[in-house]
Amino acid sequence: MSILVIAEHDNSSLKAETLKTVGAAQKIGGDITLLVTGFNCQNVVDAASKVNGVSKVLVADNAVYEHQLAENVSLLVTELAADYEHILATALTTGKNFMPRVAALLDVAQISDIIDVESSDTFVRPIYAGNAIATVQSLDSKKVITVRTTGFDAVATDGNAEIVNLDTVKDAGISSHVSDELTVSARPDLGAASVVISGGRGMQNGDNFKLLDGIADKLGAAIGASRAAVDAGFVPNDMQVGQTGKIVAPDLYIAVGISGAIQHLAGMKDSKVIVAINKDPEAPIFQVADYGIVADLFDALPELESKL
Amino acid sequence: MKVLVPIKRVIDYNVKVRVKPDHSDVDLANTKMAINPFCEIAVEEAVRLKEAGIATEIIAISIGNKSCQEQLRTALALGADRAIQIETDESLDALNIAKLLQKVVDEEQPQLVILGKQSIDSDNNQTGQMLAALTGMPQGTFASVVKIEGEKVNVTREVDGGLQTVALNLPAIVTTDLRLNEPRYASLPNIMKAKRKPLVVRPAADFGIDLTARTKLLKVTPPAERQAGIVVESIDELVEKLKNEAKVIS
Ligand SMILES: Cc1cc2nc3c(=O)[nH]c(=O)nc-3n(C[C@H](O)[C@H](O)[C@H](O)COP(=O)(O)OP(=O)(O)OC[C@H]3O[C@@H](n4cnc5c(N)ncnc54)[C@H](O)[C@@H]3O)c2cc1C
Ligand SMILES: Cc1cc2nc3c(=O)[nH]c(=O)nc-3n(C[C@H](O)[C@H](O)[C@H](O)COP(=O)(O)OP(=O)(O)OC[C@H]3O[C@@H](n4cnc5c(N)ncnc54)[C@H](O)[C@@H]3O)c2cc1C
Repeated sequence: MSILVIAEHDNSSLKAETLKTVGAAQKIGGDITLLVTGFNCQNVVDAASKVNGVSKVLVADNAVYEHQLAENVSLLVTELAADYEHILATALTTGKNFMPRVAALLDVAQISDIIDVESSDTFVRPIYAGNAIATVQSLDSKKVITVRTTGFDAVATDGNAEIVNLDTVKDAGISSHVSDELTVSARPDLGAASVVISGGRGMQNGDNFKLLDGIADKLGAAIGASRAAVDAGFVPNDMQVGQTGKIVAPDLYIAVGISGAIQHLAGMKDSKVIVAINKDPEAPIFQVADYGIVADLFDALPELESKL
Repeated sequence: MKVLVPIKRVIDYNVKVRVKPDHSDVDLANTKMAINPFCEIAVEEAVRLKEAGIATEIIAISIGNKSCQEQLRTALALGADRAIQIETDESLDALNIAKLLQKVVDEEQPQLVILGKQSIDSDNNQTGQMLAALTGMPQGTFASVVKIEGEKVNVTREVDGGLQTVALNLPAIVTTDLRLNEPRYASLPNIMKAKRKPLVVRPAADFGIDLTARTKLLKVTPPAERQAGIVVESIDELVEKLKNEAKVIS
């Protein structure tokens, strides 16, 4: 069997999540090829060639792929798909955008957000905000899959794969990139951090999120938020953790002023250790927290920072 | 311009679903159902485009059994002009849903199709992208701003790193994210008016598409339950537990 994995990157670095998607590919079993589509992405290609378990790295380095426009990337992947039985991408916003387009062009179903592999055609995925776990068998000859990385271990990076440059340029010519407004942060990515501290509506405003900074600095943590905090404009959208935001599973998740709605829990309840700081002892977050503290966050946060 | 809005009937987002004891599926008997929240946002966006004088007609469409007419009436009360129900008792794959929608796009020739980015039951996040592929249209997924600019639509998308704006040739597909708008409530007079708006029912079989399932649901199990832990009395105790018991900080 041969498996094509599409690398997730920003033209300068390979996202750590790709290592877990390759982990999922290894669990399916077969010869693994990694595809890098982008522009001026040599660093990514170098990193991709070191990913363990990958025998070949295909590179499509062209301006038409710079912003990963789904219309263009899907045409390329669909053409390459002829040689593979499984096509995998990471279930982040890039993969979620172009993969269903690939599936439809290939006339096959997509299995979204898998968290486990039972066999080469049977996969496990959460539904209903993680309140039920479905085992689904694909009846198509080709399997188009997105991988939720919290379900798989990262592979190591001391490999040495062959690099093959592709000269296929696919430009659908129906869409173009206008601008990006990216959050610049020196902190680790939410998806990659081993500690995450998130604030909710209880933080009251964006300024108060600074109370999380010192703790995040000491723990090397990423900072997240609930939907309520994002909707209220305290923090940008890319910080939202939950069913419809980012899915995280760090070693330590600290929920501050977050009630614990099912949609929020869907994004963090697979964390190893959960801490809740909330002034309401009845808040549902305490039902999933390993350690809860009933306290006003405006007292608890400065004290926690000073004692770490 | 004509706008087509596909909507899905799903479990109400406040309800925590239960798995059937025989693990064949989830148990939806007597569960409160509603319009998928992302689809509600899609309807609202279409209505705003109409109020701005850009959209001329809004068509809501749902694929499902007779009960999804309830959600179509909701869409009509929110401001859609007419509705189409494609009748089926099967729970179809997203690909087959997209194929049915493609047929309706061919017939109606909308300039914009606005869908939800995902339905909160199956959480697939596929249908809009698949419809875009089948119709050859560009796609603006996870939209937080939609602006029609002449022959194009500019869509600002919520992506992992922040926001990305793309320009798409019309006709185009848009899928909604949570912050695109805040849907209005339907007023009582509008709910009454919606009862008289046209709603046509068309059997799925009439579209001449092979709707064979491409996936098979083998089982549905409850997730591993997390046990509630302990409530600590002080920050000192919390730090001590995290260091020595959980060993997640040093
Ligand atoms: C379609 C859909 C998708 C959604 N997707 C997501 C998602 O991806 N992620 C997500 O998070 N939500 C999501 N939601 C929203 C979710 O239902 C909740 O509304 C949201 O998570 C609530 O955020 P919160 O806990 O910050 O706010 P609240 O529920 O208002 O909770 C605030 C908490 O802060 C506590 N608090 C207040 N002041 C203090 C203080 N001084 N000290 C200590 N504690 C304090 C309160 O006791 C309370 O428990 C979604 C909803 C829908 C309908
Ligand atoms: C527990 C469970 C298990 C399932 N297992 C299977 C399975 O094994 N095999 C199988 O074939 N199907 C299965 N289904 C059904 C299937 O997952 C979905 O109904 C179908 O794939 C549509 O995808 P979605 O709703 O997740 O689409 P998404 O892509 O998440 O929805 C995005 C948007 O598409 C539009 N849309 C989606 N569905 C409709 C619709 N019916 N009418 C109008 N607009 C719509 C809406 O605008 C929606 O916001 C299952 C459903 C459930 C609830």
